[in-house]
Amino acid sequence: MPEPVLRVRDLRKAYQDVVAVNGLNLEVQAGECFGLLGPNGAGKTTTIEICEGLTARDSGELEVLGLRWERDAAALKQRLGIQLQETQLSEKLTVEETVRLFRSFFHKGPTAEHVIGLVQLEEKRRARVGALSGGQKQRLALACALVGDPDLLFLDEPTTGLDPQARRQLWDLIEEFKRAGRTILLTTHYMDEAERLCERVAIMDHGKIIAMGSPRELISSIGVEHVVEFSVDADAAGQPLDAEALSAIEGVRDVRADNGVVRMQVTALHSAIPKLLAELVRRGIRLTELRTHSATLEDVFVTLTGRHLRDG
Amino acid sequence: MADHPLWQLTLVRFREFLREPEALFWVFGFPLLLAAGLGLAFRNTPAETVSIGVVGTEHAAFEQAPSLDVDAFATLEEGLKALREGRIALLVERPEADAVVYHYDDTNPQGRDARMRADLALQQSAGRVDPVAARDELMRETGSRYIDFLVPGLLGMNLMGGSIWSMGFAIVDARRRKLMKRLVATPMPRHYFLLSFLISRLAMLVVEVGAFLAFGVLVFGVPIRGSLALIAGICVLGSLAFGAIGLLLSSRARTVEAASGLMNLTMLPMWILSGVFFSSQRFPDAVQPIIAALPLTALNDALRATMLQGETVAQILPEAGVLAAWLVVCFPVALKLFRWR
Repeated sequence: MPEPVLRVRDLRKAYQDVVAVNGLNLEVQAGECFGLLGPNGAGKTTTIEICEGLTARDSGELEVLGLRWERDAAALKQRLGIQLQETQLSEKLTVEETVRLFRSFFHKGPTAEHVIGLVQLEEKRRARVGALSGGQKQRLALACALVGDPDLLFLDEPTTGLDPQARRQLWDLIEEFKRAGRTILLTTHYMDEAERLCERVAIMDHGKIIAMGSPRELISSIGVEHVVEFSVDADAAGQPLDAEALSAIEGVRDVRADNGVVRMQVTALHSAIPKLLAELVRRGIRLTELRTHSATLEDVFVTLTGRHLRDG
Repeated sequence: MADHPLWQLTLVRFREFLREPEALFWVFGFPLLLAAGLGLAFRNTPAETVSIGVVGTEHAAFEQAPSLDVDAFATLEEGLKALREGRIALLVERPEADAVVYHYDDTNPQGRDARMRADLALQQSAGRVDPVAARDELMRETGSRYIDFLVPGLLGMNLMGGSIWSMGFAIVDARRRKLMKRLVATPMPRHYFLLSFLISRLAMLVVEVGAFLAFGVLVFGVPIRGSLALIAGICVLGSLAFGAIGLLLSSRARTVEAASGLMNLTMLPMWILSGVFFSSQRFPDAVQPIIAALPLTALNDALRATMLQGETVAQILPEAGVLAAWLVVCFPVALKLFRWR
């Protein structure tokens, strides 16, 4: 087995009153895109900033590209590409000036023009940063992370706050970097982002990794293929519905009611749905909404923690 | 060279400054406007002329008198009317060839002044010879006017404000925007970041000081008696000292508001105490040692000594020492305290 690009052992970090990272272990292999998925406050940013050498850890082992921050900071910085959450680059500079500035800090790497082309900002080369859209700014931040031709790319919530179109554009870019063989560690609280981009995902909650594996593995680990969500007409007369009755349906598990929406996991959709409908008819209950979807990482998180990712 | 990080960082400083029209005005335009305004308000005016009236046509005696403006009146009534209306300060009446009557208000200094001038002119033209020979030596030397005092003071104040603001604002803003954190995450050598401020500051100084001094010399004729090299040296030392103070003030602050409060708190006492607009000697003796230890006092005193008195390096060593001390103390403390994220 080749040396991992990033190795983290029993990492811990506490701030005054919060334990941000509480005994974290992970390894990132060369060429993979590894995702830290979790709600806000799960410790993702603290973890990635410790790996980037920006935050000191309290304890634990950390090896990046086989090097250590304590000894090899200068060499390490030359080989990492970093994109921070919520950096506001200088608004008065142009795209090209900004990229040129960051390029000047690295010994080797592509030209500024080449990097601007990589993130598809050629047309905005001479535009001031202040005049860019959110998605363009994020692509510029990505360009600044790429100027040193990094062996490891850290992306902290790369698409947070972007509109759907800008997100998809950024995903396409990141997928291109993956095809070019780059190793990426990214954090996100969007499960669709992690599913689409990451070969492996670690789900974080309260400073710990609660599950790790490929998105497929994680989803199948909860033994559920589908999720059914429905709500019923509360005013209409009828026999009230109870979780026990629903759980009795074959293939139905983990029934939860949340804000009037009933959510349940189902293994065989084709047999469970007719039975659910029959049960509702029998009780004289009218459906107002019915949705089904294939299980996602969100469902993994809900199953493991009882909370939604977006609830934080 | 073009891709050296220090050069790129320095370029950023210039670009950010030049693309901010307000900053340009406050650094270059405002001091010139201030000097122009104050120079006009406190300019030295020539001695005023006084209008007097003479009844009749006999006024040749006053034509030669300095600072007298003579109006002729046909009748005494007309002349008295002009006097009452304040158009003239004195009315001269000659009832006979060897007699004169002066009409004027003795509580009005202008009237008394006119009475003396007119009488002197009249008596001298009638043949009086003064027993004591008198000669006037006028004291209107450049270098002792208010504008001469003001220009070095404004220059010092401008150097202080420019250094502290340009340092403080840009650093705190970069910290607030997490731009500093982003730069620190790159292999950028940290001292280059700080050095870029210094280089851009010194380059700006050439324009700033040059334009301001040229304005003072050309418009107001302010003398520059000392060596230009020495004045330049004082400006550089002063900028370094205030740059170090600016760095110290901005070493921890996370918001521009917090930093600007600190900066104003630091600069305000010096605007008042350090002899920008009036001499610091006006404050009580007890506080003079404190005032003398302030960096702006040292800078202003050194600038005035070289510009107006033409003093040399040896004579301004105490002031230079004060500035150097501020630099040597503040810079390491600022580096020690500096928050890089």
